[in-house]
Amino acid sequence: MTTSIASPKPTAHGLIANIALGVITVLFLLPLIWLVLASLDPGATLSLRAPEEVSLDNYVEIGTWQLTFRPMLNGLIISGSAALLVVVLAALAAYPLSRYSLRYGNHFLYTVLFLSALPVTAIMIPVYTMFVRLRLVDNFLGCVLFLAASSLPFAIWMMKNFMDGIPIEFEEAAWLDGASSLRSLRTIVLPLMTPGLAAVAFFQFILMWGNFFVPFILLLDPAKLPMAVTLYQFFGSFGVVNYGNLAAYAAVYSAPVIVLYFVVSRAFSGAFRLSGGAKG
Amino acid sequence: MTSLDTRRGAADAAPRQSPPAKAATRGLRRRVGPVIPILPAAGLMAVFFVGPILWAVYVGFTNQGLTGLAALDPQWVWFDNFERLINDPDAHAAILRTVIFVVLVVAGQNVLGLALALLLQRRNRVMKSIASAAVVIAWVLPEIVVAMLWYAFLNTRDGTLNTILVSIGLPEQSWLIEQPMIAIVIASVWRGTAFSLLVYSAALEEVSPESIEAAQVDGANRIQQLFFVVLPTISRLILTNLLLTTLQTLGVFGLIYGMTGGGPGGQTQTLPLYMYEQAFRYNLIGYSSVVAIVLVLLGIVLSAAYLIAFRRGSK
Repeated sequence: MTTSIASPKPTAHGLIANIALGVITVLFLLPLIWLVLASLDPGATLSLRAPEEVSLDNYVEIGTWQLTFRPMLNGLIISGSAALLVVVLAALAAYPLSRYSLRYGNHFLYTVLFLSALPVTAIMIPVYTMFVRLRLVDNFLGCVLFLAASSLPFAIWMMKNFMDGIPIEFEEAAWLDGASSLRSLRTIVLPLMTPGLAAVAFFQFILMWGNFFVPFILLLDPAKLPMAVTLYQFFGSFGVVNYGNLAAYAAVYSAPVIVLYFVVSRAFSGAFRLSGGAKG
Repeated sequence: MTSLDTRRGAADAAPRQSPPAKAATRGLRRRVGPVIPILPAAGLMAVFFVGPILWAVYVGFTNQGLTGLAALDPQWVWFDNFERLINDPDAHAAILRTVIFVVLVVAGQNVLGLALALLLQRRNRVMKSIASAAVVIAWVLPEIVVAMLWYAFLNTRDGTLNTILVSIGLPEQSWLIEQPMIAIVIASVWRGTAFSLLVYSAALEEVSPESIEAAQVDGANRIQQLFFVVLPTISRLILTNLLLTTLQTLGVFGLIYGMTGGGPGGQTQTLPLYMYEQAFRYNLIGYSSVVAIVLVLLGIVLSAAYLIAFRRGSK
Protein backbone atom coordinates (compact mmCIF):
# COMPACT_ATOMS: atom_id res chain seq x y z
CA MET A 1 0.00 0.00 0.00
CA THR A 2 1.62 3.25 -1.09
CA THR A 3 0.55 6.62 0.16
CA SER A 4 -0.29 9.11 -2.53
CA ILE A 5 2.11 12.03 -2.95
CA ALA A 6 -0.64 14.51 -3.63
CA SER A 7 -2.63 13.95 -0.47
CA PRO A 8 -0.51 12.70 2.39
CA LYS A 9 -2.35 11.65 5.46
CA PRO A 10 -1.76 13.89 8.47
CA THR A 11 1.23 12.18 10.03
CA ALA A 12 3.82 12.89 12.67
CA HIS A 13 6.09 13.86 9.78
CA GLY A 14 3.69 16.57 8.71
CA LEU A 15 3.38 17.91 12.22
CA ILE A 16 7.15 18.03 12.73
CA ALA A 17 7.60 19.71 9.36
CA ASN A 18 5.01 22.35 10.20
CA ILE A 19 6.57 23.07 13.57
CA ALA A 20 10.05 23.32 12.04
CA LEU A 21 8.75 25.67 9.38
CA GLY A 22 6.96 27.77 11.96
CA VAL A 23 10.12 28.13 14.03
CA ILE A 24 12.23 29.07 11.00
CA THR A 25 9.62 31.60 9.88
CA VAL A 26 9.63 33.27 13.29
CA LEU A 27 13.43 33.31 13.38
CA PHE A 28 13.50 34.97 9.97
CA LEU A 29 11.02 37.62 11.05
CA LEU A 30 12.69 38.43 14.38
CA PRO A 31 15.21 41.00 13.10
CA LEU A 32 12.37 42.84 11.34
CA ILE A 33 10.23 43.30 14.45
CA TRP A 34 12.46 46.00 15.89
CA LEU A 35 12.33 47.98 12.65
CA VAL A 36 8.53 48.01 12.60
CA LEU A 37 8.06 48.78 16.30
CA ALA A 38 10.79 51.42 16.50
CA SER A 39 9.52 53.25 13.42
CA LEU A 40 6.14 53.70 15.16
CA ASP A 41 7.68 54.65 18.50
CA PRO A 42 8.73 58.30 18.99
CA GLY A 43 10.88 57.31 21.99
CA ALA A 44 12.50 54.29 20.34
CA THR A 45 15.88 52.94 21.42
CA LEU A 46 17.86 49.98 20.12
CA SER A 47 16.00 47.66 22.47
CA LEU A 48 12.89 45.74 21.61
CA ARG A 49 9.82 47.23 23.25
CA ALA A 50 6.23 47.96 22.46
CA PRO A 51 5.71 51.70 21.82
CA GLU A 52 4.07 53.53 24.70
CA GLU A 53 2.02 55.34 22.11
CA VAL A 54 1.87 54.29 18.48
CA SER A 55 2.40 57.29 16.24
CA LEU A 56 3.61 58.23 12.80
CA ASP A 57 5.72 61.08 14.20
CA ASN A 58 8.94 59.44 13.00
CA TYR A 59 7.67 59.29 9.44
CA VAL A 60 6.55 62.91 9.58
CA GLU A 61 9.86 64.09 11.04
CA ILE A 62 11.99 62.55 8.28
CA GLY A 63 9.76 63.98 5.57
CA THR A 64 12.12 66.71 4.38
CA TRP A 65 13.57 67.40 0.94
CA GLN A 66 17.22 67.09 1.96
CA LEU A 67 16.91 64.04 4.16
CA THR A 68 14.40 61.89 2.31
CA PHE A 69 12.80 63.22 -0.85
CA ARG A 70 15.95 64.28 -2.70
CA PRO A 71 17.80 60.99 -2.07
CA MET A 72 14.64 59.11 -3.03
CA LEU A 73 14.37 61.06 -6.27
CA ASN A 74 18.08 60.48 -6.96
CA GLY A 75 17.60 56.76 -6.43
CA LEU A 76 14.59 56.76 -8.73
CA ILE A 77 16.50 58.60 -11.45
CA ILE A 78 19.57 56.36 -11.21
CA SER A 79 17.83 53.00 -10.80
CA GLY A 80 14.93 53.88 -13.06
CA SER A 81 16.98 55.05 -16.03
CA ALA A 82 19.54 52.27 -15.64
CA ALA A 83 16.79 49.62 -15.48
CA LEU A 84 15.09 51.16 -18.52
CA LEU A 85 18.35 51.22 -20.46
CA VAL A 86 19.02 47.61 -19.53
CA VAL A 87 15.59 46.44 -20.66
CA VAL A 88 15.83 48.22 -24.02
CA LEU A 89 19.36 47.00 -24.79
CA ALA A 90 18.68 43.50 -23.50
CA ALA A 91 15.52 43.17 -25.61
CA LEU A 92 17.40 44.32 -28.73
CA ALA A 93 20.26 41.92 -28.07
CA ALA A 94 18.04 39.00 -27.14
CA TYR A 95 15.99 39.16 -30.33
CA PRO A 96 18.58 37.97 -32.86
CA LEU A 97 20.01 35.58 -30.28
CA SER A 98 16.61 34.02 -29.88
CA ARG A 99 15.44 34.13 -33.52
CA TYR A 100 18.43 33.58 -35.78
CA SER A 101 21.16 31.01 -35.86
CA LEU A 102 24.17 33.29 -35.56
CA ARG A 103 27.63 31.91 -36.15
CA TYR A 104 28.92 33.03 -32.74
CA GLY A 105 25.53 33.23 -31.05
CA ASN A 106 26.20 30.47 -28.54
CA HIS A 107 29.67 31.79 -27.77
CA PHE A 108 28.19 35.19 -27.09
CA LEU A 109 25.48 33.74 -24.86
CA TYR A 110 27.93 31.73 -22.81
CA THR A 111 30.21 34.75 -22.48
CA VAL A 112 27.22 36.70 -21.22
CA LEU A 113 26.37 33.98 -18.69
CA PHE A 114 30.01 33.92 -17.60
CA LEU A 115 30.05 37.70 -17.09
CA SER A 116 26.77 37.60 -15.19
CA ALA A 117 28.39 35.44 -12.52
CA LEU A 118 31.48 37.62 -11.97
CA PRO A 119 31.50 39.60 -8.70
CA VAL A 120 31.01 43.24 -9.68
CA THR A 121 32.39 44.39 -6.32
CA ALA A 122 35.85 43.27 -7.38
CA ILE A 123 36.12 45.84 -10.15
CA MET A 124 34.77 48.90 -8.33
CA ILE A 125 38.18 50.43 -7.57
CA PRO A 126 39.37 50.07 -11.19
CA VAL A 127 36.04 51.51 -12.32
CA TYR A 128 36.58 54.48 -10.02
CA THR A 129 40.06 55.24 -11.39
CA MET A 130 38.87 54.71 -14.95
CA PHE A 131 35.97 57.10 -14.31
CA VAL A 132 38.39 59.68 -12.87
CA ARG A 133 40.15 59.67 -16.25
CA LEU A 134 36.89 59.75 -18.18
CA ARG A 135 35.52 62.52 -15.91
CA LEU A 136 32.52 60.36 -15.05
CA VAL A 137 32.96 60.40 -11.27
CA ASP A 138 30.18 62.16 -9.36
CA ASN A 139 28.04 62.02 -12.46
CA PHE A 140 24.60 60.40 -12.79
CA LEU A 141 25.38 59.33 -16.33
CA GLY A 142 28.52 57.45 -15.29
CA CYS A 143 26.68 55.73 -12.47
CA VAL A 144 23.80 54.75 -14.76
CA LEU A 145 26.10 53.47 -17.52
CA PHE A 146 28.09 51.32 -15.14
CA LEU A 147 25.00 49.93 -13.39
CA ALA A 148 23.51 49.13 -16.79
CA ALA A 149 26.68 47.52 -18.15
CA SER A 150 27.13 45.32 -15.10
CA SER A 151 23.47 44.26 -15.10
CA LEU A 152 23.19 43.58 -18.83
CA PRO A 153 24.68 40.06 -18.84
CA PHE A 154 22.03 38.58 -16.59
CA ALA A 155 19.28 40.69 -18.18
CA ILE A 156 20.15 39.46 -21.68
CA TRP A 157 20.11 35.88 -20.43
CA MET A 158 16.72 36.34 -18.74
CA MET A 159 15.30 38.18 -21.73
CA LYS A 160 16.40 35.57 -24.25
CA ASN A 161 14.80 32.81 -22.24
CA PHE A 162 11.52 34.72 -22.04
CA MET A 163 11.71 35.39 -25.78
CA ASP A 164 12.32 31.73 -26.58
CA GLY A 165 8.92 31.09 -25.04
CA ILE A 166 7.16 33.16 -27.73
CA PRO A 167 6.18 31.05 -30.78
CA ILE A 168 7.91 32.12 -33.99
CA GLU A 169 4.95 31.50 -36.32
CA PHE A 170 3.49 35.01 -35.95
CA GLU A 171 6.73 36.60 -37.07
CA GLU A 172 7.14 34.25 -40.01
CA ALA A 173 3.87 35.57 -41.34
CA ALA A 174 5.07 39.14 -40.83
CA TRP A 175 8.40 38.41 -42.53
CA LEU A 176 6.60 37.07 -45.56
CA ASP A 177 4.69 40.35 -45.65
CA GLY A 178 8.05 42.14 -45.74
CA ALA A 179 8.28 43.38 -42.15
CA SER A 180 11.80 44.07 -40.90
CA SER A 181 13.07 42.16 -37.90
CA LEU A 182 13.08 45.27 -35.69
CA ARG A 183 9.50 45.93 -36.67
CA SER A 184 8.39 42.41 -35.86
CA LEU A 185 10.24 42.67 -32.55
CA ARG A 186 8.35 45.84 -31.69
CA THR A 187 4.91 44.97 -32.99
CA ILE A 188 4.73 41.21 -32.40
CA VAL A 189 7.27 39.87 -29.90
CA LEU A 190 7.42 42.60 -27.26
CA PRO A 191 3.63 42.92 -26.82
CA LEU A 192 3.45 39.14 -26.34
CA MET A 193 6.15 39.12 -23.69
CA THR A 194 5.00 42.05 -21.54
CA PRO A 195 5.17 39.94 -18.35
CA GLY A 196 8.74 38.97 -19.18
CA LEU A 197 9.73 42.57 -19.89
CA ALA A 198 8.17 43.70 -16.62
CA ALA A 199 9.96 40.93 -14.75
CA VAL A 200 13.36 41.92 -16.15
CA ALA A 201 12.71 45.64 -15.55
CA PHE A 202 11.50 45.27 -11.96
CA PHE A 203 14.12 42.68 -11.11
CA GLN A 204 16.86 45.03 -12.28
CA PHE A 205 15.25 47.99 -10.53
CA ILE A 206 15.12 46.12 -7.21
CA LEU A 207 18.79 45.15 -7.48
CA MET A 208 19.87 48.69 -8.39
CA TRP A 209 17.70 50.37 -5.75
CA GLY A 210 19.36 48.19 -3.13
CA ASN A 211 22.87 48.61 -4.52
CA PHE A 212 25.11 50.40 -2.07
CA PHE A 213 28.68 50.01 -3.30
CA VAL A 214 28.28 51.50 -6.79
CA PRO A 215 26.81 54.91 -5.78
CA PHE A 216 28.97 54.90 -2.64
CA ILE A 217 32.09 54.79 -4.81
CA LEU A 218 31.01 56.71 -7.91
CA LEU A 219 29.02 59.60 -6.40
CA LEU A 220 30.45 62.24 -4.04
CA ASP A 221 28.16 65.27 -3.97
CA PRO A 222 25.63 64.89 -1.07
CA ALA A 223 22.98 66.37 -3.35
CA LYS A 224 23.38 63.43 -5.78
CA LEU A 225 23.37 60.52 -3.33
CA PRO A 226 20.55 57.95 -3.42
CA MET A 227 18.90 56.57 -0.26
CA ALA A 228 21.21 53.56 -0.17
CA VAL A 229 24.12 55.85 0.73
CA THR A 230 22.22 58.40 2.80
CA LEU A 231 20.80 55.61 4.98
CA TYR A 232 24.35 54.40 5.57
CA GLN A 233 25.44 57.91 6.56
CA PHE A 234 22.34 58.25 8.74
CA PHE A 235 23.02 55.10 10.70
CA GLY A 236 26.76 55.62 10.61
CA SER A 237 25.98 58.23 13.24
CA PHE A 238 24.56 55.55 15.56
CA GLY A 239 24.56 56.72 19.14
CA VAL A 240 23.70 60.30 18.32
CA VAL A 241 20.86 59.41 16.08
CA ASN A 242 17.14 59.27 16.80
CA TYR A 243 16.45 55.53 16.41
CA GLY A 244 12.79 56.02 15.68
CA ASN A 245 13.63 58.30 12.76
CA LEU A 246 16.29 55.87 11.56
CA ALA A 247 13.88 52.93 11.59
CA ALA A 248 11.25 54.96 9.74
CA TYR A 249 13.87 55.99 7.17
CA ALA A 250 14.89 52.37 6.57
CA ALA A 251 11.23 51.38 6.25
CA VAL A 252 10.56 54.12 3.69
CA TYR A 253 13.66 53.08 1.72
CA SER A 254 12.72 49.38 1.77
CA ALA A 255 9.00 49.67 1.08
CA PRO A 256 9.14 50.21 -2.71
CA VAL A 257 11.20 47.09 -3.43
CA ILE A 258 9.15 44.88 -1.12
CA VAL A 259 5.93 46.02 -2.77
CA LEU A 260 7.43 45.64 -6.25
CA TYR A 261 8.68 42.17 -5.46
CA PHE A 262 5.34 40.85 -4.34
CA VAL A 263 3.62 42.44 -7.33
CA VAL A 264 5.83 40.64 -9.83
CA SER A 265 6.94 37.58 -7.84
CA ARG A 266 4.98 35.25 -10.09
CA ALA A 267 7.00 36.25 -13.10
CA PHE A 268 10.16 35.92 -11.03
CA SER A 269 9.75 32.26 -10.27
CA GLY A 270 10.37 31.75 -13.99
CA ALA A 271 13.63 33.63 -13.68
CA PHE A 272 14.73 31.35 -10.90
CA ARG A 273 14.31 28.29 -12.96
CA LEU A 274 16.84 29.85 -15.32
CA SER A 275 19.38 31.30 -12.95
CA GLY A 276 19.91 27.98 -11.27
CA GLY A 277 20.26 26.28 -14.60
CA ALA A 278 17.22 24.03 -14.24
CA LYS A 279 15.70 24.73 -17.59
CA GLY A 280 12.06 23.79 -17.83
CA MET B 1 20.10 23.27 -23.33
CA THR B 2 17.16 23.02 -25.63
CA SER B 3 16.43 26.70 -26.04
CA LEU B 4 19.74 27.54 -27.66
CA ASP B 5 19.08 25.22 -30.57
CA THR B 6 15.38 25.51 -31.17
CA ARG B 7 15.66 28.64 -33.31
CA ARG B 8 18.26 27.25 -35.62
CA GLY B 9 17.28 27.83 -39.20
CA ALA B 10 15.01 30.70 -38.34
CA ALA B 11 17.00 33.02 -40.59
CA ASP B 12 16.34 30.72 -43.51
CA ALA B 13 12.65 31.23 -42.98
CA ALA B 14 13.05 34.86 -44.07
CA PRO B 15 11.87 35.59 -47.61
CA ARG B 16 14.33 35.00 -50.43
CA GLN B 17 12.92 36.93 -53.34
CA SER B 18 15.76 39.36 -53.99
CA PRO B 19 16.75 39.79 -57.62
CA PRO B 20 20.17 38.35 -58.52
CA ALA B 21 21.76 41.80 -59.08
CA LYS B 22 21.36 42.74 -55.46
CA ALA B 23 22.32 39.30 -54.22
CA ALA B 24 25.79 40.33 -53.08
CA THR B 25 24.69 43.26 -50.90
CA ARG B 26 21.74 41.24 -49.73
CA GLY B 27 24.07 38.48 -48.68
CA LEU B 28 26.16 40.91 -46.66
CA ARG B 29 23.07 42.41 -45.09
CA ARG B 30 21.77 39.02 -44.17
CA ARG B 31 25.01 38.09 -42.50
CA VAL B 32 25.65 41.38 -40.67
CA GLY B 33 22.09 42.63 -40.25
CA PRO B 34 20.97 40.30 -37.47
CA VAL B 35 24.02 41.18 -35.37
CA ILE B 36 23.34 44.93 -35.34
CA PRO B 37 20.78 44.93 -32.48
CA ILE B 38 23.32 43.15 -30.28
CA LEU B 39 25.94 45.84 -30.75
CA PRO B 40 24.70 48.51 -28.28
CA ALA B 41 24.56 46.00 -25.43
CA ALA B 42 27.85 44.40 -26.42
CA GLY B 43 29.52 47.81 -26.69
CA LEU B 44 28.29 48.98 -23.29
CA MET B 45 29.46 45.75 -21.64
CA ALA B 46 32.82 45.93 -23.39
CA VAL B 47 33.54 49.50 -22.32
CA PHE B 48 32.11 49.57 -18.80
CA PHE B 49 32.41 45.97 -17.66
CA VAL B 50 35.26 44.26 -19.50
CA GLY B 51 37.09 47.60 -19.83
CA PRO B 52 37.60 48.09 -16.07
CA ILE B 53 38.97 44.55 -15.75
CA LEU B 54 41.64 45.25 -18.38
CA TRP B 55 42.24 48.68 -16.85
CA ALA B 56 42.83 47.00 -13.46
CA VAL B 57 45.54 44.85 -15.00
CA TYR B 58 47.26 47.97 -16.35
CA VAL B 59 46.92 49.96 -13.12
CA GLY B 60 48.16 46.97 -11.14
CA PHE B 61 51.59 47.45 -12.75
CA THR B 62 51.78 51.13 -11.75
CA ASN B 63 52.13 53.07 -8.50
CA GLN B 64 48.89 54.90 -9.21
CA GLY B 65 47.58 56.82 -6.21
CA LEU B 66 44.42 58.69 -5.42
CA THR B 67 45.99 62.08 -4.77
CA GLY B 68 49.32 63.82 -5.26
CA LEU B 69 52.01 62.99 -7.77
CA ALA B 70 51.11 59.30 -7.85
CA ALA B 71 47.67 60.28 -9.13
CA LEU B 72 48.85 62.69 -11.83
CA ASP B 73 51.88 60.83 -13.11
CA PRO B 74 51.83 57.14 -12.14
CA GLN B 75 55.03 55.21 -12.81
CA TRP B 76 55.33 51.71 -14.23
CA VAL B 77 56.57 49.59 -11.33
CA TRP B 78 56.41 46.09 -12.81
CA PHE B 79 55.58 43.51 -10.18
CA ASP B 80 56.02 45.64 -7.05
CA ASN B 81 52.34 45.51 -6.19
CA PHE B 82 52.21 41.76 -6.71
CA GLU B 83 55.28 41.31 -4.49
CA ARG B 84 53.67 43.45 -1.87
CA LEU B 85 50.56 41.26 -1.90
CA ILE B 86 52.67 38.11 -1.58
CA ASN B 87 54.59 39.56 1.38
CA ASP B 88 51.79 41.40 3.18
CA PRO B 89 50.49 39.47 6.21
CA ASP B 90 47.39 41.71 6.30
CA ALA B 91 46.50 40.57 2.78
CA HIS B 92 46.97 36.92 3.74
CA ALA B 93 44.71 37.40 6.74
CA ALA B 94 42.10 39.05 4.52
CA ILE B 95 42.25 36.15 2.06
CA LEU B 96 41.86 33.65 4.90
CA ARG B 97 38.90 35.59 6.33
CA THR B 98 37.30 35.73 2.89
CA VAL B 99 37.61 31.95 2.52
CA ILE B 100 36.13 31.34 5.99
CA PHE B 101 33.30 33.79 5.37
CA VAL B 102 32.45 32.41 1.93
CA VAL B 103 32.59 28.75 2.98
CA LEU B 104 30.39 29.28 6.05
CA VAL B 105 27.85 31.47 4.27
CA VAL B 106 27.58 29.25 1.19
CA ALA B 107 27.25 26.10 3.30
CA GLY B 108 24.74 27.77 5.61
CA GLN B 109 22.48 29.24 2.97
CA ASN B 110 22.52 26.14 0.74
CA VAL B 111 21.73 23.73 3.58
CA LEU B 112 19.04 26.02 4.98
CA GLY B 113 17.63 26.80 1.52
CA LEU B 114 17.47 23.13 0.55
CA ALA B 115 16.01 22.13 3.92
CA LEU B 116 13.34 24.81 3.60
CA ALA B 117 12.55 23.78 0.03
CA LEU B 118 12.10 20.17 1.19
CA LEU B 119 10.00 21.23 4.19
CA LEU B 120 7.81 23.44 2.02
CA GLN B 121 6.94 20.58 -0.33
CA ARG B 122 3.47 19.22 0.33
CA ARG B 123 2.62 21.83 2.97
CA ASN B 124 -0.67 23.62 2.68
CA ARG B 125 -0.82 26.82 0.71
CA VAL B 126 -1.10 29.23 3.65
CA MET B 127 1.89 27.77 5.44
CA LYS B 128 3.84 27.84 2.19
CA SER B 129 3.17 31.46 1.38
CA ILE B 130 3.80 32.76 4.92
CA ALA B 131 7.09 30.90 5.31
CA SER B 132 8.43 31.77 1.87
CA ALA B 133 7.37 35.43 2.23
CA ALA B 134 9.31 35.69 5.51
CA VAL B 135 12.42 34.25 3.89
CA VAL B 136 12.09 36.23 0.67
CA ILE B 137 11.67 39.60 2.42
CA ALA B 138 15.13 39.09 3.91
CA TRP B 139 16.50 38.75 0.40
CA VAL B 140 14.59 41.64 -1.19
CA LEU B 141 15.64 44.15 1.47
CA PRO B 142 18.51 46.45 0.42
CA GLU B 143 21.78 45.19 1.85
CA ILE B 144 22.46 48.32 3.86
CA VAL B 145 19.06 47.90 5.58
CA VAL B 146 20.04 44.32 6.37
CA ALA B 147 23.30 45.58 7.87
CA MET B 148 21.41 48.06 10.02
CA LEU B 149 18.80 45.49 11.12
CA TRP B 150 21.45 43.02 12.24
CA TYR B 151 23.48 45.69 13.95
CA ALA B 152 20.36 46.58 15.96
CA PHE B 153 19.34 42.94 16.45
CA LEU B 154 22.71 41.82 17.82
CA ASN B 155 23.49 45.01 19.71
CA THR B 156 25.29 44.17 22.92
CA ARG B 157 23.62 46.62 25.24
CA ASP B 158 19.95 46.06 24.62
CA GLY B 159 19.41 44.62 21.13
CA THR B 160 16.43 42.41 20.32
CA LEU B 161 18.36 39.15 20.65
CA ASN B 162 19.62 40.01 24.13
CA THR B 163 16.16 41.13 25.21
CA ILE B 164 14.85 37.72 24.15
CA LEU B 165 17.77 35.77 25.65
CA VAL B 166 17.41 37.49 29.00
CA SER B 167 13.65 37.01 29.06
CA ILE B 168 14.05 33.23 28.73
CA GLY B 169 16.86 33.13 31.27
CA LEU B 170 19.84 32.74 28.94
CA PRO B 171 23.09 34.71 29.14
CA GLU B 172 23.49 37.76 26.88
CA GLN B 173 25.61 37.60 23.73
CA SER B 174 28.01 40.19 22.37
CA TRP B 175 28.85 38.64 19.00
CA LEU B 176 29.37 41.96 17.26
CA ILE B 177 32.39 42.50 19.50
CA GLU B 178 33.54 39.03 20.51
CA GLN B 179 32.50 36.91 17.50
CA PRO B 180 32.11 39.41 14.65
CA MET B 181 32.74 36.76 11.98
CA ILE B 182 29.81 34.71 13.33
CA ALA B 183 27.68 37.86 13.29
CA ILE B 184 28.33 38.70 9.63
CA VAL B 185 27.97 35.05 8.59
CA ILE B 186 24.55 34.77 10.26
CA ALA B 187 23.36 38.04 8.72
CA SER B 188 24.61 36.95 5.30
CA VAL B 189 22.95 33.54 5.55
CA TRP B 190 19.73 35.24 6.63
CA ARG B 191 19.87 37.39 3.52
CA GLY B 192 20.99 34.72 1.05
CA THR B 193 18.80 31.77 2.01
CA ALA B 194 15.89 32.91 -0.16
CA PHE B 195 17.98 32.67 -3.32
CA SER B 196 18.86 29.03 -2.62
CA LEU B 197 15.30 28.30 -1.51
CA LEU B 198 13.86 29.60 -4.78
CA VAL B 199 16.39 27.70 -6.88
CA TYR B 200 15.88 24.45 -4.98
CA SER B 201 12.10 24.76 -4.92
CA ALA B 202 12.14 25.02 -8.70
CA ALA B 203 14.53 22.05 -8.86
CA LEU B 204 12.38 19.84 -6.66
CA GLU B 205 9.43 20.35 -8.96
CA GLU B 206 11.40 18.50 -11.62
CA VAL B 207 11.87 15.38 -9.52
CA SER B 208 9.34 12.95 -10.93
CA PRO B 209 6.77 11.61 -8.44
CA GLU B 210 7.06 8.20 -10.14
CA SER B 211 10.68 7.73 -9.07
CA ILE B 212 9.74 8.54 -5.48
CA GLU B 213 6.78 6.17 -5.60
CA ALA B 214 9.03 3.47 -7.01
CA ALA B 215 11.39 3.98 -4.08
CA GLN B 216 8.47 3.78 -1.68
CA VAL B 217 7.36 0.51 -3.25
CA ASP B 218 10.89 -0.77 -2.67
CA GLY B 219 10.44 0.11 0.99
CA ALA B 220 12.70 3.16 1.19
CA ASN B 221 11.96 5.46 4.10
CA ARG B 222 11.94 9.23 3.75
CA ILE B 223 15.60 9.69 4.56
CA GLN B 224 16.56 7.01 2.03
CA GLN B 225 14.27 8.59 -0.58
CA LEU B 226 16.02 11.90 0.00
CA PHE B 227 19.56 10.57 -0.31
CA PHE B 228 19.04 7.95 -3.02
CA VAL B 229 16.38 9.53 -5.21
CA VAL B 230 15.88 13.26 -4.67
CA LEU B 231 19.41 14.54 -4.09
CA PRO B 232 21.03 12.54 -6.94
CA THR B 233 18.36 13.88 -9.31
CA ILE B 234 19.13 17.51 -8.50
CA SER B 235 22.86 17.05 -7.86
CA ARG B 236 23.96 19.07 -10.91
CA LEU B 237 21.75 21.90 -9.81
CA ILE B 238 23.20 21.80 -6.33
CA LEU B 239 26.64 22.15 -7.91
CA THR B 240 25.67 25.14 -10.07
CA ASN B 241 23.95 26.80 -7.13
CA LEU B 242 26.97 26.24 -4.89
CA LEU B 243 29.18 27.96 -7.47
CA LEU B 244 26.72 30.78 -8.06
CA THR B 245 26.26 31.53 -4.35
CA THR B 246 30.02 31.34 -3.85
CA LEU B 247 30.47 34.02 -6.51
CA GLN B 248 27.76 36.16 -4.94
CA THR B 249 29.25 35.83 -1.47
CA LEU B 250 32.75 36.61 -2.70
CA GLY B 251 31.55 40.10 -3.62
CA VAL B 252 29.72 40.98 -0.40
CA PHE B 253 30.73 44.48 0.67
CA GLY B 254 27.85 46.64 1.93
CA LEU B 255 26.54 44.13 4.45
CA ILE B 256 29.91 43.74 6.21
CA TYR B 257 30.88 47.38 5.81
CA GLY B 258 27.57 48.51 7.29
CA MET B 259 27.55 46.01 10.17
CA THR B 260 31.14 46.10 11.39
CA GLY B 261 33.13 48.30 9.01
CA GLY B 262 35.61 45.41 8.84
CA GLY B 263 36.28 45.54 12.57
CA PRO B 264 36.66 45.27 15.39
CA GLY B 265 40.40 45.16 14.89
CA GLY B 266 40.04 44.05 11.28
CA GLN B 267 38.45 40.74 12.27
CA THR B 268 35.80 40.94 9.56
CA GLN B 269 37.92 42.59 6.88
CA THR B 270 37.39 40.38 3.83
CA LEU B 271 39.11 41.02 0.50
CA PRO B 272 36.58 43.55 -0.85
CA LEU B 273 36.89 45.62 2.35
CA TYR B 274 40.67 45.26 2.32
CA MET B 275 40.73 46.45 -1.27
CA TYR B 276 38.55 49.44 -0.42
CA GLU B 277 40.72 50.39 2.55
CA GLN B 278 43.97 50.17 0.58
CA ALA B 279 42.52 52.43 -2.11
CA PHE B 280 40.68 55.09 -0.16
CA ARG B 281 42.42 55.10 3.19
CA TYR B 282 46.03 54.40 2.20
CA ASN B 283 45.84 55.98 -1.24
CA LEU B 284 47.28 52.85 -2.92
CA ILE B 285 45.26 52.50 -6.10
CA GLY B 286 47.88 50.40 -7.88
CA TYR B 287 48.08 47.94 -5.02
CA SER B 288 44.33 47.73 -4.56
CA SER B 289 44.02 47.02 -8.30
CA VAL B 290 46.16 43.95 -7.73
CA VAL B 291 43.76 42.89 -4.98
CA ALA B 292 40.96 43.46 -7.50
CA ILE B 293 42.80 41.26 -10.01
CA VAL B 294 43.04 38.48 -7.42
CA LEU B 295 39.31 38.75 -6.75
CA VAL B 296 38.50 38.80 -10.46
CA LEU B 297 40.77 35.80 -11.11
CA LEU B 298 39.02 33.89 -8.33
CA GLY B 299 35.74 34.94 -9.91
CA ILE B 300 36.88 33.87 -13.39
CA VAL B 301 37.91 30.40 -12.20
CA LEU B 302 34.67 29.88 -10.27
CA SER B 303 32.58 31.37 -13.06
CA ALA B 304 34.20 29.12 -15.64
CA ALA B 305 33.45 26.14 -13.41
CA TYR B 306 29.87 27.38 -13.13
CA LEU B 307 29.60 27.62 -16.92
CA ILE B 308 30.91 24.09 -17.40
CA ALA B 309 28.58 22.72 -14.72
CA PHE B 310 25.68 24.63 -16.25
CA ARG B 311 26.32 23.29 -19.76
CA ARG B 312 26.71 19.71 -18.53
CA GLY B 313 23.57 20.03 -16.45
CA SER B 314 21.47 21.29 -19.31
CA LYS B 315 22.49 18.73 -21.93
